[in-house]
Amino acid sequence: MSCAESFSSYAFRSIGFGERLLPKSDITLCDQIILIGSGMMWNVYFAVVAILFGFVFATMLAFARVNGPAYLRLPADFFVFVFRGSPLFIQFFFAYELFVQLPRVGVEIPLGFATLTASTSWLTKAWLGATVVLFLNTSAYSAEIFTGALKSIPRGDIEAADAFGMAGFKKFRRIVFPTMLRLAWPSYSNEAIFLFHSTALVFFSGFPAWRREADGLYYASYFAEATFNPFVPYPIIAVYFVFFTLLIVGFFGLVSKRLNRHMAEAPKVKFRLGSMLTR
Amino acid sequence: MKKLVLAAALSALAAGTAVADPIRMGTEGAYPPYNFINDAGEVDGFERELGDEICKRAELECTWVTNDWDSIIPNLVSGNYDTIIAGMSVTPERDEVIDFSNEYYPPSPSAFVGAAGMDVDLSGAIIAAQTNTIQAGHVSEMGATLVEFATPDETVAAVRNGEADAVLADKDYLAPIVAESNGMLEFIGEDVAIGGGIGIGLRESDTELKATLNKAIDSMKADGTLNTMLAKWFEGDAPQW
Amino acid sequence: MFEFCADPKAIEGLKWLSCYLTTPKHAAMYYSILTVLALLAAAVPPILFLGFAGALARRSGFAPFRWIGLGYTSIVRGVPDIVFFLFFPIALDQAVEVLRHKVKCPEVVGPIYQGNDFVVCQAAKMPLGPSPQWMHEAWGFTLAVITFAIVFGAFTANTLHGALAAVPKGQLETARAFGMTERQTFWRVHMPQMWVYALPGLSNLWMILIKATPLLFLLGIKDIVYWAKELGGMKTQAYSYPHPDWRIWYFAALMVFYLLLTWISQRVFDRVFARASRGMAVAK
Repeated sequence: MSCAESFSSYAFRSIGFGERLLPKSDITLCDQIILIGSGMMWNVYFAVVAILFGFVFATMLAFARVNGPAYLRLPADFFVFVFRGSPLFIQFFFAYELFVQLPRVGVEIPLGFATLTASTSWLTKAWLGATVVLFLNTSAYSAEIFTGALKSIPRGDIEAADAFGMAGFKKFRRIVFPTMLRLAWPSYSNEAIFLFHSTALVFFSGFPAWRREADGLYYASYFAEATFNPFVPYPIIAVYFVFFTLLIVGFFGLVSKRLNRHMAEAPKVKFRLGSMLTR
Repeated sequence: MKKLVLAAALSALAAGTAVADPIRMGTEGAYPPYNFINDAGEVDGFERELGDEICKRAELECTWVTNDWDSIIPNLVSGNYDTIIAGMSVTPERDEVIDFSNEYYPPSPSAFVGAAGMDVDLSGAIIAAQTNTIQAGHVSEMGATLVEFATPDETVAAVRNGEADAVLADKDYLAPIVAESNGMLEFIGEDVAIGGGIGIGLRESDTELKATLNKAIDSMKADGTLNTMLAKWFEGDAPQW
Repeated sequence: MFEFCADPKAIEGLKWLSCYLTTPKHAAMYYSILTVLALLAAAVPPILFLGFAGALARRSGFAPFRWIGLGYTSIVRGVPDIVFFLFFPIALDQAVEVLRHKVKCPEVVGPIYQGNDFVVCQAAKMPLGPSPQWMHEAWGFTLAVITFAIVFGAFTANTLHGALAAVPKGQLETARAFGMTERQTFWRVHMPQMWVYALPGLSNLWMILIKATPLLFLLGIKDIVYWAKELGGMKTQAYSYPHPDWRIWYFAALMVFYLLLTWISQRVFDRVFARASRGMAVAK
């Protein structure tokens, strides 16, 4: 099978288009690269949705923990403790056990122009159930990072804001939030990467794969099993992950530049070979 | 077996020091009654008894190690143990990568199990199977909706909680589960024959070990010990040689 | 363990439970807690070492060091630990054996990769074939520690690098203004001040490391999660103690174990954090 044929058969296999059966014999490198790449769409989807929603929720949690009243602070602390304190696959396990016990009903959501029928049975499918778990998980980890950052904001910054007469939302938006982000950013970029990598666990030990539509690691282990050679599919998926991680790093680096643009640059120490040898 | 291949080279260097090295027997330890970890924490089951008897007859010293199913073949070929004795069916694909001894268990059928009293049409049903098994491949080829779970336990659980209409697995694995389900589960449809019999997996370069094991297996078939063992571990409906 | 446990199928209730929970198999699970803790303890020093080496390499004035530091942190941070565990330890194991093969038995000719088989001479095996089982386990454990160190060292390097950069420049300038040398500035001001920025990230990494230990099973090391799955799964009459699917109880126990470990770690980190931010003028 040529690469073009592999592409048309398997490029969108992970979301249900293309050849129904996976390649079984005469597996080519193209098959592996394309099918694993197809599966990576799931990983990107899980990560993007969980991180976007998680960022907002984590910020709210962090403020509740630092400045909130007790009835917000205690539940927020507990939530962070439980989700940071247990391995992700145990969270997947309990979430799945819970979701399959839910009564299977449709929930009508009026959208004005049409009515959307959401079904609780969607929660047992990875696209929704696993996303919910990943969202809660990253919210907890990010909230911890943001809390630490909020507590390390230099007092002078706050006092300066007060001296300028800033208060309330203005102080938050112009001083507290940007400073928190700046301090939290290196760790938060780690968290975003970890979350992206955690998406590999969804089908590995979390949710079942329906119709062989699943993420990159599912196809990589399928190929490792079908060809009995782990040294081809796993490095392929590793390269995919490195690529997407570099994208994340690049994006977070750009944001970091922006967050730190007012910070004074350290004096550049020029390296001279001679000075090192004589010292 | 690299040890035996090398034995010739070594004996040229240091004649007479060729003490038989222990054979490392690799198994999964999670597939009763073939192999499982018993309550004493040791490998137990049909294959434990069989393997020990083979080692006795072949005058080999054997130690048992367990390995995750997914990486059981890569770890064999890279030499972390010397045999796979883990209920592994002989398939053409596997045979290309590793060698198999003579079969010690005849081809056995797989079967569908569903909740009792449900009239399931298998061709349009949702069928659970364990990831990366021949059963998963079979379901996807027969056109039913395949749901894959990481462990066999979860496939049965999916039928109990209604996520799947049926599960396809080895009949020997399902039989005690159905028998002990208090009538909740039952076999449905016809049994299907997928996969060959079960043999001991070996590296292709270990031709001498293969010959040794084959001799032991054949002698157990000839004097009926293998049949006795099968009857002991698989109760009434055991296949016989 | 107890005398009345001789025939487990004849007893029931609490007696049954006390027998069940004290089987050698359960003892293996309790013992595996020690394995996990030992791995964590053994992994921390190499992780911190690689972390510092990576962070300092990235700040080095010597460009090739910077490239190595950046390459190490970006590539290793790019691969999920689970994917890394699926092939790296086998590759590392084979690499070690190839080296030993070249050194220990140069007289053996013939390819190491024979078709699908990986064949090295007997003296090159790691550990040697006839070694007792504990040697094999110790080698597996070592591979795990190395793999964990490489993976988590890269993340630590990134956190430390960020923390070193987050120290306000004014403090370093002040140190220089007091006439401190670069070395003094680094050890007396930069490093102590860095911790307060590094600790939240490091504590997160520690939590993630704790929760990465279930991956040990991919290396054939039986950790607590492996035993929980194994013991919790449905047991038919082939076992002495048959029971239905009890994974939910075992996983609940695991959850308690991990929460406890996290809680203790958090207490320790809070103390360290309070100490590190002593005398710092921060908002709280």
